[in-house]
Amino acid sequence: MTPSLALNLALALLLLGMAGWAVLVRSTQAAVIGFMVFGLLLTLAWARLDGLDVALTEAAIGGGLTGFLLLGAAVRLRSVEHRATLQAPGLATRILAALAAGSVTLLLAFAVLTLPSPAPSLAPAVAENIAMTQVGNPVTAVLLAFRALDTLLETLVLVLAMLGIWSLADDRVWGGRPGFAIAHDASGILHYAARILVPIGVVIGGYIFWIGADDPGGKFQGATLLAAMWLLLVLAGLRDAPRVSSQALRLWVVLGPLVFISVGLLGSWLAGSFLGYPQGYAKLMIVTVELALLPSLTLILGLLIMGAPKREIGR
Amino acid sequence: MTESPASLLLVLAVLLPFTGVIFGLLIGGRHVRTVALTTVALGLAVIGGIVWHALGTCSGSGTAIEYVLGGWSPPLGIRLRADGLSVLMLLAVAVVISLVSVYAHADFAPHDSGKETRAPLVFWLMLLAIWGSLNLVFVSGDLFTLYVALELLTFAGVPLVALDGRGETLRAALRYLLFALLGSLLYLLGAVLLYGAYGTLDIQLLSQVVRPEALSWAALALMTVGLLAKTALFPLHIWLPPAHAGAPAAASALLSALVVKGSWFLVLRLWFDVMPNVVTLSAAQLLAALGAAAIIVGNIVALRQLRLKLLIAYSTVAQIGYLFLMFPLAFGLAFAGMDSAPALTGGMLQTISHALAKAAMFLAAGLIYLTLGHDRISDLRGVAQALPMTVTALALAGASLIGLPPSGGFLAKWLLLSAALESGQWWWGAVMLLGGLLTSVYVFIIVVRSLAPAEAGWMPKTRVPQYQQMAVLALALSAFLLGLAALSPVDLVQLGRTPLSLLRGTP
Repeated sequence: MTPSLALNLALALLLLGMAGWAVLVRSTQAAVIGFMVFGLLLTLAWARLDGLDVALTEAAIGGGLTGFLLLGAAVRLRSVEHRATLQAPGLATRILAALAAGSVTLLLAFAVLTLPSPAPSLAPAVAENIAMTQVGNPVTAVLLAFRALDTLLETLVLVLAMLGIWSLADDRVWGGRPGFAIAHDASGILHYAARILVPIGVVIGGYIFWIGADDPGGKFQGATLLAAMWLLLVLAGLRDAPRVSSQALRLWVVLGPLVFISVGLLGSWLAGSFLGYPQGYAKLMIVTVELALLPSLTLILGLLIMGAPKREIGR
Repeated sequence: MTESPASLLLVLAVLLPFTGVIFGLLIGGRHVRTVALTTVALGLAVIGGIVWHALGTCSGSGTAIEYVLGGWSPPLGIRLRADGLSVLMLLAVAVVISLVSVYAHADFAPHDSGKETRAPLVFWLMLLAIWGSLNLVFVSGDLFTLYVALELLTFAGVPLVALDGRGETLRAALRYLLFALLGSLLYLLGAVLLYGAYGTLDIQLLSQVVRPEALSWAALALMTVGLLAKTALFPLHIWLPPAHAGAPAAASALLSALVVKGSWFLVLRLWFDVMPNVVTLSAAQLLAALGAAAIIVGNIVALRQLRLKLLIAYSTVAQIGYLFLMFPLAFGLAFAGMDSAPALTGGMLQTISHALAKAAMFLAAGLIYLTLGHDRISDLRGVAQALPMTVTALALAGASLIGLPPSGGFLAKWLLLSAALESGQWWWGAVMLLGGLLTSVYVFIIVVRSLAPAEAGWMPKTRVPQYQQMAVLALALSAFLLGLAALSPVDLVQLGRTPLSLLRGTP
């Protein structure tokens, strides 16, 4: 057995084991931690498959951000977890769920095995046209040129998700700040960590964002890291969570989509097609969109975790 | 293919409502309603332009309206494409959205203090978001863009369910969210398989290369089941009644009349336009069998409801069933080498007349609730006295659900019934007639109960503005008069479409 095959096999077994753990373990919190480890292992798997962009995204969003959201939910549910387990679904429901999940898995396994090999791919078409976009990273070319509309719409999905979370607020505290836990402990370890980690994290986040044009990386991964740094500042009590009624906050939140749509319209005027880029200006316009998206994505991702407004405006 | 400046209207139809969301959020405060209503007016002009353009090409070249984004033609890039089905849906949704906006003008007014409040902000922004997402569903020509459209639609719909913030509506919203996300996930899995097998996500290109093989069946099955969960077809309907009945009236109207039609439209696209040669008649029969079960179960459970809003929500469960009867009818006709167009037209008419009628009914229920302070069906006395226009609207909308002439529901059922007889599938016709009978029972009960005179000295709890009643009546009248579309000189449904029998070849 070659070392690389052994590594792949070990990774596959660990992935299956972790997935099983996350589904079967009793405690919600343990399941979430299992899920986060699963995300990290998946990152490794993507890296083994040379999908560095996917690996970075999985680490940032799949493992990191989603894990953090789930962990927050698990902590909040701790007080009612015991009652919830008493209301567990009956045997029939469980068998039905197992059957449904099992048949989907079998269907997928079968379908994946019958997929043609080599797979038909648009990669050659991307390679042929990437020069016109003036960026070096094919993933960036797909996300911001060939399929730019999808990316624009995805940022709108995030805005709607944020609004959906805000809409859970109590009417009396509308416009106020999310009730994100704050440690008022100036000498605490969190405070210390925030002072050391945040400058480093901001530099790395900025770097991941900037190299995204030509190398694996980009705005989503960069924004996730920046959002994590922001959350650390809030957690350490160095900054308070923003008021959701703040005009400045809302301006930064919609800046990305707004600039994206404007650049699209500019394209329909200058290049004859919505989201088209006039020759020689593609990179300039792509970087403009990415620069505008970075603060919006950072804020939205952070706000998703901070949750609905909980405290009145004055407090 | 026509790519004229008018094609840019397709982009605007999608992005104008979302631009409204952005500015509504940015300006916020007491102005969100103004922003939303302005956007609705501008959006109406855009949709009007598209319909005008489509009618022009209908008598001319007869091709669909297309727009290639960024100049990158598929399979590398993505295109928007509006055929006859898209144009009709765009128009119907625009009518419902604008009349619901008129109705909601009073319900979601800015607070007297001028301060921003939660419910109006969320309602108006999500109304625009639902509009933009649905328009995207109708004009998108790419399976992944359609996935994003489904996600947008989910995140726009769920907050409306929990708009009044009570615990039970939160629970309904969460259940809806789980069903919708599971549906999206299954759809995405199918789309990924199709890309893996055929290397494109463009609907037009995919329809030329897709083969009837195990992989396509797996993809079609995964995507269809996912979409059925979102459409709430029996037995995946359990999330719908609490979600649709618990929301405020204007939000229920949007959810029940429009949102479920988005995922239904996508099933239609998959079966008729992406993989018509993969579909088998027995699969279509299975889909219709679920539809028939929905009609019977939905109507019977509706009959047993004590509250008006829940009755209307269960009636939606039943009416969704009708939308799936067209599948074996159209494919049956195409297999027999006959013209399947009437079945498709019937299905489209059923969708549109249900959208108009159901919006009218939920809004009417809202006004009745305001007037009585409750919506118990056993005690609707005095409603006709206080709200004559609303009860008329309820009767007209009910007539369309039953399928009385000259309503849209009548023409739809007429077309579907004749397709059933022509293709030798009389049993689907029998289900339709039985469904109509059950529907007529509860419509009759509601109307008769609300005609009963009020006790002497009874006063309505709230005086309802006249324009709200007029908006409801306008919706119901559109549904009732939709049957006159039979007199239309142009057949918009078939614009830019290849007849099914040509796509399938004759077996």
